[in-house]
Amino acid sequence: MVSDYAWLIPALPALAAAIIAAFGKRMARKGAEVGIAAVALALLLALAIAVEVFSANVATVAELEAAHESEEHAAGQGVQVAMAGDRAAALAAADGEAIEIPEGLEAFVHERGVTLAQFQGDEGFEAGIRIDGLVAMMFLLVTFVSLMVQIYSTGYMHGDARYTYFFALLSVFTASMLLLVIANNLMLTLVGWELVGVCSYLLIGFWWEEKVNSDAAIKAFLTTKLGDVGLIVGVVTLWGMFRTFNITEIITMVGEGVQAGEAALNQGMLTFALLALFLGAVGKSAQFPLHTWLPDAMAGPTPVSALIHAATMVTAGVFLIARLYPLFQASPTAMTVIAVIGAITLFGAGLLALVQDDVKRVLAYSTISQLGYMVAALAFSYTAGIFHLFTHGFFKALLFLGSGSLIHGVHSNNMSDMGGLRKPMPVTFWTFLIGSLALAAIPPLAGFWSKDEILAGALSAGGATGTLVLVLGALGGLVTAFYMTRAMFLIFAGEYRGHGHPHESPASMRWPLVALAVPAALIGFVNLPFDFAHASGFSAWTMFSLEYFESHAAQFVVPLALAASAAAVIGIGLGWRLYRTSPSLDEDPMLRMGAFTRTLQNKYYLDELYHHGVVRPIRDGIAQGAYWLNDNVIDRIVYLAGAGATSVGRFTYDYADQRGIDAGVNGLAGGANAFGRDVLRKMQSGNIQRYAGAMFVGVIVLAIAFAVA
Amino acid sequence: MLAVYPLTFAALLFSVGAYGVLARRNAVLVLMSIELMLASVTVNLVVFGHLAAERGDAALTGQVFALFVIAIGAAEVGVGLAIILLLFRNRASINIDDADLMKY
Repeated sequence: MVSDYAWLIPALPALAAAIIAAFGKRMARKGAEVGIAAVALALLLALAIAVEVFSANVATVAELEAAHESEEHAAGQGVQVAMAGDRAAALAAADGEAIEIPEGLEAFVHERGVTLAQFQGDEGFEAGIRIDGLVAMMFLLVTFVSLMVQIYSTGYMHGDARYTYFFALLSVFTASMLLLVIANNLMLTLVGWELVGVCSYLLIGFWWEEKVNSDAAIKAFLTTKLGDVGLIVGVVTLWGMFRTFNITEIITMVGEGVQAGEAALNQGMLTFALLALFLGAVGKSAQFPLHTWLPDAMAGPTPVSALIHAATMVTAGVFLIARLYPLFQASPTAMTVIAVIGAITLFGAGLLALVQDDVKRVLAYSTISQLGYMVAALAFSYTAGIFHLFTHGFFKALLFLGSGSLIHGVHSNNMSDMGGLRKPMPVTFWTFLIGSLALAAIPPLAGFWSKDEILAGALSAGGATGTLVLVLGALGGLVTAFYMTRAMFLIFAGEYRGHGHPHESPASMRWPLVALAVPAALIGFVNLPFDFAHASGFSAWTMFSLEYFESHAAQFVVPLALAASAAAVIGIGLGWRLYRTSPSLDEDPMLRMGAFTRTLQNKYYLDELYHHGVVRPIRDGIAQGAYWLNDNVIDRIVYLAGAGATSVGRFTYDYADQRGIDAGVNGLAGGANAFGRDVLRKMQSGNIQRYAGAMFVGVIVLAIAFAVA
Repeated sequence: MLAVYPLTFAALLFSVGAYGVLARRNAVLVLMSIELMLASVTVNLVVFGHLAAERGDAALTGQVFALFVIAIGAAEVGVGLAIILLLFRNRASINIDDADLMKY
């Protein structure tokens, strides 16, 4: 079974990181070749595992369908569900009856582990891997994007002073993310989670010579850390409830409605734990109100933005929710919170993207907005959420690498310094266009299928939250299309406004763009919202349980799809109308809308609120107080302890060591010396007769001895 | 033959020699005392050789050995007197206490 070797996937980049750190500088390509080779191998392995897992799941679904069919025959109903097409209708007809899953049929899960520490009884800490459809999907995404980004970085980071260090960090990051994905227990997940946080910190502050960059790194680290506190609280609470960190065991127990000791599941406690976990996801996946770090994180090198802050790390929060999806299903309250936060994020962040000048910030806010889509989607449909994660990973990595290519070409992040770049940078233009259209959800590109599935999920869920997500999601689609159109025109149309001559990027940067443009355009077809695809496509590949899979058939609501596409087209049309002439920045209509513009440019004043409401009180109040306490109490105690230890040591030296032990040793040596000098030496008189006398005495003694014996 | 008399004589002769070696200061006398001890051993060899012959041993090993001892004793005296001669040349004394260079 290929999945037995899945542990190699995180291990390879980890090994590569060690090799690069140790020998990278002496290698021909300064270590880049090691990182690329390792992640390429990991990608091949991920492909093999994906084939194994996905085909196993598809086979299981086929078997289930066959069982259903024969059952209906036996029942003699005569209604054949030949095309799985009518399954939804058949299910509706079954009137809420539980779907029967034949014994032994279940979604693919492969688990291996070693126990690292045993607590009392059978509780213990285990390090292990858990492979299922979700993990296989994440493997594909992370390794593919990481490979593209590393190849791209050989061009983008060319000549950087810390080139080797950069590649070592990229490998560490990739390994950490894969560890977070592969972990079969929450403790290990937490380890991976923190490691990616550290990597993110190091890479945002990669050019730390400028204070802005290191400030951004600290801000990102502390903000996500606030969420991590929630994650830790959640994990510990879950342990308290279930007495295990193992994800599979927790899911099973929740499914049976029990917690540790066969007690009934405490619903309130579960909701608390899930909300705490969700706080972690809010921090890591940059959801409102902890999203403020992500735009600042654009201070890092652009490949980092593509890898960490668009395609992989920020999806960790979404992944965590998907990983523990059966738990969230058991708590409607948590689901509602998720839906609301996601909806606020997807719309609010989309608006913020309207007024940005920095192309990377446009993409950063769009990332936050798309993460909002994923989170909101998970409240209604597991498949929709992770499918959007999957497609978004590709086209957002493409867009970020494209923006890197632009920055490489014109040496500025600002769209006000660009313009007219279609001619000098054709490859960047076409790939960026594909990425933008995919992001704007224009059919048939990837973004269309995943966003449509989200909206369809919200529509079928209905209710207040469903309506909220549906409306904001559709409006968000319009906003997305509009700001991407604005960016396209500002960057590629009109006259060049910057300095120097823009130039196309080197081949090492162009090819990853092309390679990413292919999935950005086509990956949506793995999950067409039709029934034939349902049984053999993405939703079957990544299902976490057959029951859920059976009861959540994909829907394709034609009016909805038309409406969503219409919203996107309207957004593009608006953008076309306003920006066709590619106005300079001070004529930008988005920046001439009074209070609206000011609010957006100040990011809803959240940064000010945090600065005055959180940073200042902590820094000026608590931190000062803590400093005083440290200086006057703790330091004093430490100082006194130190002084005491010094005098004890001095006393010991003077009396025990010098006068005790040393004196004894010296005395012994002096005694031996005196004995030799005064006694033993006299025996060597040189007088032959004394020697002879001694010999005679000896002979006599021996003779007597022998005689007696 | 009664062996006790010659053996007693040899023992006395050896004791006189031993006393001379330990107590004399004159190097020549020390050498002479060594000769006495050698002579007493020679007597013993002859006595035991004779006893062996009485019991039928025709090889006369003890008597022949005694001749060897006398010959080697002569050679030894030659070497010893040469040493004493050199000692006298260097120190103008044959007092054995003056020859104590081999000490601490």
